[in-house]
Amino acid sequence: MGRLSVNLCGIEMDNPIIPASGTYGFGYEFAEYYDINILGTFSFKGTTLEPRFGNPTPRIAETPSGMLNAVGLQNPGVEKVISEELPKLKECFNKPVMANVSGFSLEEYVSVCEKLDKEPQVGWLEVNISCPNVHGGGMSFGTSPEAAAEVTRAVKKVTTKPVIIKLSPNVTDIVAIAKACEEAGADGISLINTLLGMKIDIRGRKPLLANTTGGMSGPAVFPIAVRMVYQVAKAVKIPVIGLGGVSTPEDVIEMMLAGATAVQVGAANLVDPYACKDIIEKLPEVMDKYNIENLKDIIGGAL
Amino acid sequence: MKQSEFIITLNQPIAKDVYKMRLLGDTSHITKAGQFVNIKLDGFYLRRPISVCDIDRDALTIIYKVVGQGTDLMAKMNVRNTLDVLTGLGNGYDLSMSGDKPLLLGGGVGVPPLYYLAKKLVEEGKEVTAVLGFNTADEVFCEQDFKDLGVKTIITTVDGSYGTKGFVTDAIKDMDYTYFYTCGPEPMLKAVYKATNTSGQFSFEKRMGCGFGACMGCSCKTITGNKRICKEGPVLVKEDIIWED
Repeated sequence: MGRLSVNLCGIEMDNPIIPASGTYGFGYEFAEYYDINILGTFSFKGTTLEPRFGNPTPRIAETPSGMLNAVGLQNPGVEKVISEELPKLKECFNKPVMANVSGFSLEEYVSVCEKLDKEPQVGWLEVNISCPNVHGGGMSFGTSPEAAAEVTRAVKKVTTKPVIIKLSPNVTDIVAIAKACEEAGADGISLINTLLGMKIDIRGRKPLLANTTGGMSGPAVFPIAVRMVYQVAKAVKIPVIGLGGVSTPEDVIEMMLAGATAVQVGAANLVDPYACKDIIEKLPEVMDKYNIENLKDIIGGAL
Repeated sequence: MKQSEFIITLNQPIAKDVYKMRLLGDTSHITKAGQFVNIKLDGFYLRRPISVCDIDRDALTIIYKVVGQGTDLMAKMNVRNTLDVLTGLGNGYDLSMSGDKPLLLGGGVGVPPLYYLAKKLVEEGKEVTAVLGFNTADEVFCEQDFKDLGVKTIITTVDGSYGTKGFVTDAIKDMDYTYFYTCGPEPMLKAVYKATNTSGQFSFEKRMGCGFGACMGCSCKTITGNKRICKEGPVLVKEDIIWED
């Protein structure tokens, strides 16, 4: 195993870098630009039971050192993901992929997870109970410990692969929710999803996003993400995936010191299509600079 | 798509709030008229998507309007500054359907991508007519550039302060053309959709996240399914369009 390798819920990864769901499509889009097999893995576009167009546009706004999005889980639905997207991915990616699942009801989460769990290409299930851009579902499951635990338990019953629960930062006590997921059988926790934000068009005197609010991401949210990863990593024994504004190899190291076993990169992919490639290639040099022999040795180093 | 550095060799105003910028660098990934580039600006998180007005082997020209803080910064940039640019984005116009007498309809900063298109169509020996619409005389640009290509060029202004008074659609009523290509603000595109009697291609503008198909920020519904304006667009054929309202 190389200096960058980590083990995430029993699966060995060449490095901890995972493009975050919603910023990397189904992978093959980025395979046009570089060999995506250099990644640890990636988390594919949030998948629901039925196809979804998502929210009206504008869906994107710029913020200082970041952005807002209100895409609203546009995806082709789980059947097409299995019949069309995964076969396309197979041609350019030979590692286990992280399947990101969203839903509007307990039954939907269960059904989508059950289907994707059977796919040999899927290594982990990442259950998104934290999308701030949909109504009547999404984030509402991630804002109470009881509801988060209920989803976790239900999904675990029908799956064999590691289940990672993706948490929302838009809560009063992230630790309580993470612990509830752990007790309900979650194999890992990923955090943070986007922070609920808003931008007003001062010329038009109305919200810029058609959805009124959106999820904020980018470097501006990084310190919040580090804080929450640190709090959760202190409180749980299962692996934590850190994300939120990660853009550089230094950010990766910081996240891992805060307790992350692996690190997702989101918004940075949208500004620089080579962001993950650059981070992976520059990591060894930055590790040398900080006297880090193996990345796995620093996980939780600041706890 | 290619990410590379470009050097600014020209950046000057050509009309009210409108600037022409010439960028020296690798243009090999720009393969069609109607494609766009996505420009990284210091101090701004998202790139600025701007249509390509003209290219040659080692330089590209863009024409942009100052509409916000990003384009305001661009207008203040000096020659010899470098920019990080993604090139070769979007599907671009399909020239194969033009027929012998294509009509180009541009509005405001929708005019620039039609210039490279006109150049290509003229190269193919087509009899090209361009109708370029602006609000007022001080906003008019590119008239001479189109004329220099040998394109029959008609300028319209909404207030009648230059050229034909009215909208581009007012100037095409009795015109004979085989096909049309258009780019401009959405109300103009809707008017063109109604006022034209042939098939044609529309180039759309939408707020984008990435500009290369990853974020689903600029999706739209079409007759043939959901499309991303940055990837399967910005050019859609008339028969494919579903207007949102």
